[in-house]
Order: sequence, then structure tokens, then C-alpha cells
Amino acid sequence: MEMHLKRALSTAILGILSLALAWAQAPAEGEWRLAGKDHANTRYSALAQLTTANVAQLQLAFSFPTGLSGGHEAAPIVVAGTMYVVGPYPNTVFAFDLAQGGKLKWKFEPQPHPSSQGVACCDVVNRGAAFADGRLFFNTLDNQTLALDAASGKELWRAQLGDIKRGESMTMAPLVVKDKVLVGNSGGEFGVRGWLTALDAATGRIAWRAYSTGPDKDVLIGPNFKPHYAFDRGADLGVKTWPPEAWKIGGGTVWGFLSYDPELDLVYYGTGNPGPWNPDQRPGDNKWTAGVFARRPATGEAIWFYQTTPHDLHDYDGVNESVLVDLPWQGRPRKLMLRPERNGYVYVMDRATGQVLSATPFVHVTTSTGVDLQTGRLTYNPAKDPRPGEPTRSICPASPGAKDWQPSAWSPRTRLLYIPHQNLCQDAVTYQASYIAGTPFVGVDAKMYPGPGGHRGVFTAWDPIAGRKAWDIAERFPVWSGALATAGDLVFYGTMDGWFKAVDARSGKLLWQYKTASGIIGQPVSYRGPDGRQYVAVLAGVGGWAGAIVSAGLDARDGTAALGFANAMQDLPQHTKPGGQLYVFALPGAAR
Amino acid sequence: MKCIPTLLMAVVAGVNAEPALRVCADPDNLPYSHADGSGFENRIAQLLASDLGLPLQYAWLPDRRGFVRKTLGARQCDLIVGVPADFERTLNTRPYYRSSYVLVRGAGTAVRDFHDPRLRQWRIGVQVVGDDMAATPPGHALVQVGAIANVVGFPLAGAEPAAARMVHALDNGELDAAFLWGPQAGYYARAAQRPLQLQRVEPPGVAATQRFEFAIAMGVRRGDTALRDRIDAWLVRRRPDIERILADYGVPLLP
Repeated sequence: MEMHLKRALSTAILGILSLALAWAQAPAEGEWRLAGKDHANTRYSALAQLTTANVAQLQLAFSFPTGLSGGHEAAPIVVAGTMYVVGPYPNTVFAFDLAQGGKLKWKFEPQPHPSSQGVACCDVVNRGAAFADGRLFFNTLDNQTLALDAASGKELWRAQLGDIKRGESMTMAPLVVKDKVLVGNSGGEFGVRGWLTALDAATGRIAWRAYSTGPDKDVLIGPNFKPHYAFDRGADLGVKTWPPEAWKIGGGTVWGFLSYDPELDLVYYGTGNPGPWNPDQRPGDNKWTAGVFARRPATGEAIWFYQTTPHDLHDYDGVNESVLVDLPWQGRPRKLMLRPERNGYVYVMDRATGQVLSATPFVHVTTSTGVDLQTGRLTYNPAKDPRPGEPTRSICPASPGAKDWQPSAWSPRTRLLYIPHQNLCQDAVTYQASYIAGTPFVGVDAKMYPGPGGHRGVFTAWDPIAGRKAWDIAERFPVWSGALATAGDLVFYGTMDGWFKAVDARSGKLLWQYKTASGIIGQPVSYRGPDGRQYVAVLAGVGGWAGAIVSAGLDARDGTAALGFANAMQDLPQHTKPGGQLYVFALPGAAR
Repeated sequence: MKCIPTLLMAVVAGVNAEPALRVCADPDNLPYSHADGSGFENRIAQLLASDLGLPLQYAWLPDRRGFVRKTLGARQCDLIVGVPADFERTLNTRPYYRSSYVLVRGAGTAVRDFHDPRLRQWRIGVQVVGDDMAATPPGHALVQVGAIANVVGFPLAGAEPAAARMVHALDNGELDAAFLWGPQAGYYARAAQRPLQLQRVEPPGVAATQRFEFAIAMGVRRGDTALRDRIDAWLVRRRPDIERILADYGVPLLP
């Protein structure tokens, strides 16, 4: 009897312990604290209640109109039964109580300066907040980073980090690494000098700032800086690879997503293109624009850098996300970084050293012929180099690139990278006359149009080891939303004409779709609700650069509006209208 | 005088509220316009409004990318007082002045053409407009003669208009010369602390990107031919008065 009791007791204790352990793990898997889900930016949810077998039954659990009409790019953040959404300008923060069917818990108005709207190049978007230690961090268009108490919505601190008078703005989603909040700026084409800034999460004080151009001391390059390739090595390249002082207004802004590897203790991010100079006025590689940095989060010191697009000629920013995955490469385990780049290639890199292991085109490319894996250099096709005053046709990919900001997702189960992107080419011919701030000039009339195949958008499942696509789905419009992958072998994305889709992660077969009231450019997320069920949430609300023709009411007859995008999107207004709305889905029977 | 009631009708038809002349303008871009009305485009707009017997109203927005869409396009206003005569985003009147990019510098012998070696030595200021691969015409021209290392770029965004900053830099010796668009050069050079001369230099090539001369017209919403036609007639009638306003601001005019 005693033995039975003892065994029963120890079993019970073990049971309680494992339950406690499972409960302790559950919050992380069931939540979504950062835009990219985790520091590796996988956008992968381990929740598997939704499967290929039942997703056809997915239905709307609740929705909420934001009342804002710019492009809604944010990822909803979910922590402890509350969902947080940051809207486009004026960057209202909404907190929804998920235990009460998404009832609005509180709203916070940061009140950014109205003139910041005149500065943003590509719609007044915001890519979302980040949560850590009870605080919610987000940026405003007028260059403030704020911390709110996540429970009450009360402001804890705000930091003014940039100047709209200089053309600076902020749109990116912060990353929290240990005790620091990392944020970057926008505005490269206004001559804004790019930077990544670390703020103390508790106080908002600046811990360090790393510029993207200028002398090594500004770029935080020191004795531990070891780029893999010779063309990225040398003292003060952030000055020397420019005409004298041109680096001061060199661009290289940091408006994309950040990643972090806690084992290597490295933060990874890409820098924007070198603006506002005409390429002929800035001979040289123009470091450290259009490339990817690896830095230590404590001090910001640079450990390596790789320039994906030296002396950029085609507006190929380097800000796209770095997805960190550990995979065997040619027989050995390797710490990899996957980057679906603007310039048309999926890069597979060693994230410890910055070596490029492969660079494979994932769209039709005419502007370059490849990446030399020995030197690391992109090899341009001189026939497509822009020549002032002369037309250049069939520039592929067009200036939004093969893929712009819209983030990809990784599934460790399928080992595929799910890339939302576009299939666009452009012709560049000379305008009659342009005029900005009372300054006349002869500008580039860039008209974008679909690439080969005639479809403007693609959703691609890419096998990074094999260096080829597993499957893809052609879409009428550029796929400007983020991607979400789940353990139920589902992948979610949204289209600009408002279809939110679930497809089979292995085959690409469409399993479910839902028509929302406005085109989708948000980042879909998945979480476990207080009722234990799996939910999928996404923001609809078309806009962004691709959607400006709808959110900004552009005249479709002017093909050159929105920097040439309007030409490629003339039919979008027939298919959707502006207006932000949060959509949350679950299987039937979920709490409402 | 006969055409004014018709013009009034055309303007009234285009607005929702009480009749007014609604102008889209940058609130801080002298010499063109300022919220305090001190720009020459403000004065020309005031003259037009007076002749029409209408109050003058403004929709203010910095003249950056998207200006036409966010003001004229959004029906916040009906008229932009200055646009290049062949600007494609608006329906344009006849030109009401022509000017040129000019070289602004202190005393010294004239620069005859772009082959002058001083253009490769002087610290020369140019505006950098940031519009994908485009430079101002002098920017392109300087590249063509190998003047790159000595060129100093002034982005459009700043505490003051770029032209003002460039003239300050000339004043305190940070620049030896600057290429400025005529109206900007004429206005700011006058306010400089040391005497500055404005000089036309023929562009080195024939490429469209190096055209230094532009004609300026007024722009209305595409399709608003009624307002455009009425203003065309007004521009002819008021030509001497407009030229007097431009002369007041030192705008270098071409025939």
C-alpha cells in the first residue's frame, strides 16, 4: 500500500511539474511578441490546432475597424490575452482584450507632428510594436520611439530620435534584445543619414547609435570588424567610397526588420540605398549602403558587413529581412541567414562570418548577371545601367525590387522559405520636366509593368538548400503582405485586392480564403487565445508604395505617379478601397 | 471685365464652400510662397484674386513628392501658381516667365563655359533632389566635365530652403560658387552679406537632362479647362504687373 501511495504521489508530482513546465512554455508559443515572431524572424507559429484538414472551416471570430485610411502594414502583437495594433499615421495604438472577444481595452494617441506626413516617401505606414517585460515599444512617423505600460496603456517614456525638417521619419517595427530597444530611421532619398539606435528599454536613453555612412568611429567599426570579403575591408570606407563629404547625405537608412542570434550575440539588419545623389555624382561603392551588418547589441560595434548592391543604380535597398536558420550545408551543420533581396537573388549566407554560400535569382533579372562568390560582388549588366537623358527599357526587377519590405516566413518542418513578392519590370525614360520644392529638373519617368508571365505578384515557396522554388502561386497584384507559416503545415498571406489565403505549405494548394473589405498589406500572425484555441489575425487596409493608387486616390491615368508604380496598378481601384480593419479568424466554436 | 462673371462661375463651380480662389502652396518656400504671404507667388495670387473679386484661400503643404496629389488632386485647392510649363501632372496655362539656372559667386572674372577649369576646383553647391537617378541640370553638367569631388550637395529638406542654405554657405566661405535656379538665386543672392554675381553658363551638352532653362506656368487640375482658359486670358492682361512683381524679387528673366 505504501509503495502504491508513494508511486501515485510521485506520479502526481511529476504530472504537476510537467503541466507547470508545459504552461511555462505555452505563453511563448501561443504569443506573438515581436513582428517577426522571434529573434530569428521566422514568422513561424508552432501551434498546430489549425491543419490542412480543418482550415477550410476557418471563420471570422471578430473584426475591428481602425478608422484610419493609410496603408496598414503592422503585425498585431499578442501577449497575455491582449492584442496590440499600431496604425499608420497618426500611429494610434489599440489594445484588444482577447478574453472578451476582442473588445477594445484602451487606445493611445501619440500625436505625432502632422507635417511628418509630408515627409514620408511611400505612405505613412507603421510596421508594428514590440513587447518585452511588460512594456510595449513602437515608433511614430515623426521620429519618436515610445514605451507604454502594456497593461494600462500609460506612457512610460518617449525619445525624440530624428528631425522631420531634415526629411527623416520612422516606420519600422523595433526589436528588443536583452535590455535594449533597437530602432532605425527612414528618409534616404531626402539625404537622411541612416542609423541604427539602441535605447535603454527602461529609460529610453540612447545607449549607442551606429551610422550607415561616415568615418569608422560613427559607424562603430573597430578592431573586431572582420568582413568576409576584401571589397568590404579597409579603414573609413564609409568616407572613402564616396566623393568627399557626399557620405554626409548618403542615405543607408534602416527601415526594415532586425534579427538577432543569442548564441553568436549578433544583431543583423540591412541598410537602404544611397540617396539622394544621382549615381554619376557618387562614384565609388558607397559604403555602407545597400548591404547587411552584424553588430553586438551591447555596444553596437560592427563585427561584419556584406554589401549586396555596391554603388546601387536601381533603388535596390538592402533593408530586407534576414531569416536565421540552422541547416546542414554541404554535409556540415551551418548557421545560416536567408535573405530574399531586392536585387532579385535569394542569398544564403553564413551568419557567423558574412560569407555568401549561394545567391540564386528568384525572379527574372536583367540588371545583373550574378553574384561572384569569390569576391562577393554583384555583377551589373551595363546595358541596363541608367544613362541620364537616354531611355532604358526592361529593367528587371523594377525599383521595388524582386521583393520589397514584405517579410517572408520559414517553416522548419518543410524547410521552405515562403516569400511574398512581385514580378515587375520597368522602363526608364526622360520626363519633360519635374518640379520639387520650386526646383525644376528633368526626372526619370519610370513606368512599371508585369514581368514575364503577365502577373504582377507571386507567392513563392523557396528551397534554400536546393536553390530553387518548390512551388509558387501567381497573383494579379504584387503580394505586398507578410507571410505566416504554422506547424499545421499551413501558410497564410494576403493579396492587395483583399483575399486572405491559407495554402498547403508543402504543395501550395489553396485551402481557404476570405475576402476582406480592403486590400491586405499587413503581417499575419497566429496565437493561442485565452480559450485555448488557435487564432490567425491580419490587418487589412491597402496602401504602402504599391497601394498608393488606392489609399492616396491617385489618378490612374498618370502612370508615373507614386514613382511609377501607378502605371502597374491602374486596375487596383476597381478591386478594393482604402480603410483599415483588423480581422481575426478561428475554427467554429471559438469564444466570441 | 466682361469675362469676370464667367470666371467667377467657373471658380464657384469648382468649390464646395463659399466662392474663393483656393491656391495650393508651400508655407515655407521663399521666394515663391510663405504662410505670411511674402512670396512672389503669394503676390501674384493676391492680384488674381482681387481681379476676380474673390477672397484668397490657401491649402498649405510642403512642396515635396506627392504635392500635386495631396493638394490639387485631393481638391483641397484649385490652382498651383508655379509649375514648369510642360509639367505633366497638371493642366497648364501659357508660361508667364522663363528663367535659367545660374552660377552664383563672389567677384571675379566670368566663367565662359563648362570647360573652365575652375569648375573642377571650386567647392560648388548644387541641390540634390533625390528623385531616383535624377539630378538638377547643373548636377548632370558638372559630372559631364568631371567635376565630382568638389561638388557639395544640398538636400531639399532642411531648416531653410536649400537655396537659402547655399547662399549662407557662399557668404561664410564654405562654398566658392553655387548653381541655383533663377528665382531662388535672384532672391537669396540679394540678401547675402557680400556682393554676389549671377552668371549664365551654357550647359556643356545637348542632353535634355542638362537643359538649364525652364518656362513657368500656372497649373490647375487636369480637366479644369475653364479655369485654365480664364487664367490664360488674365495672364495676358496683367503681364506688365506680373513682370513688375518678378522684377521686385530679382527673378532673372529670359525673353
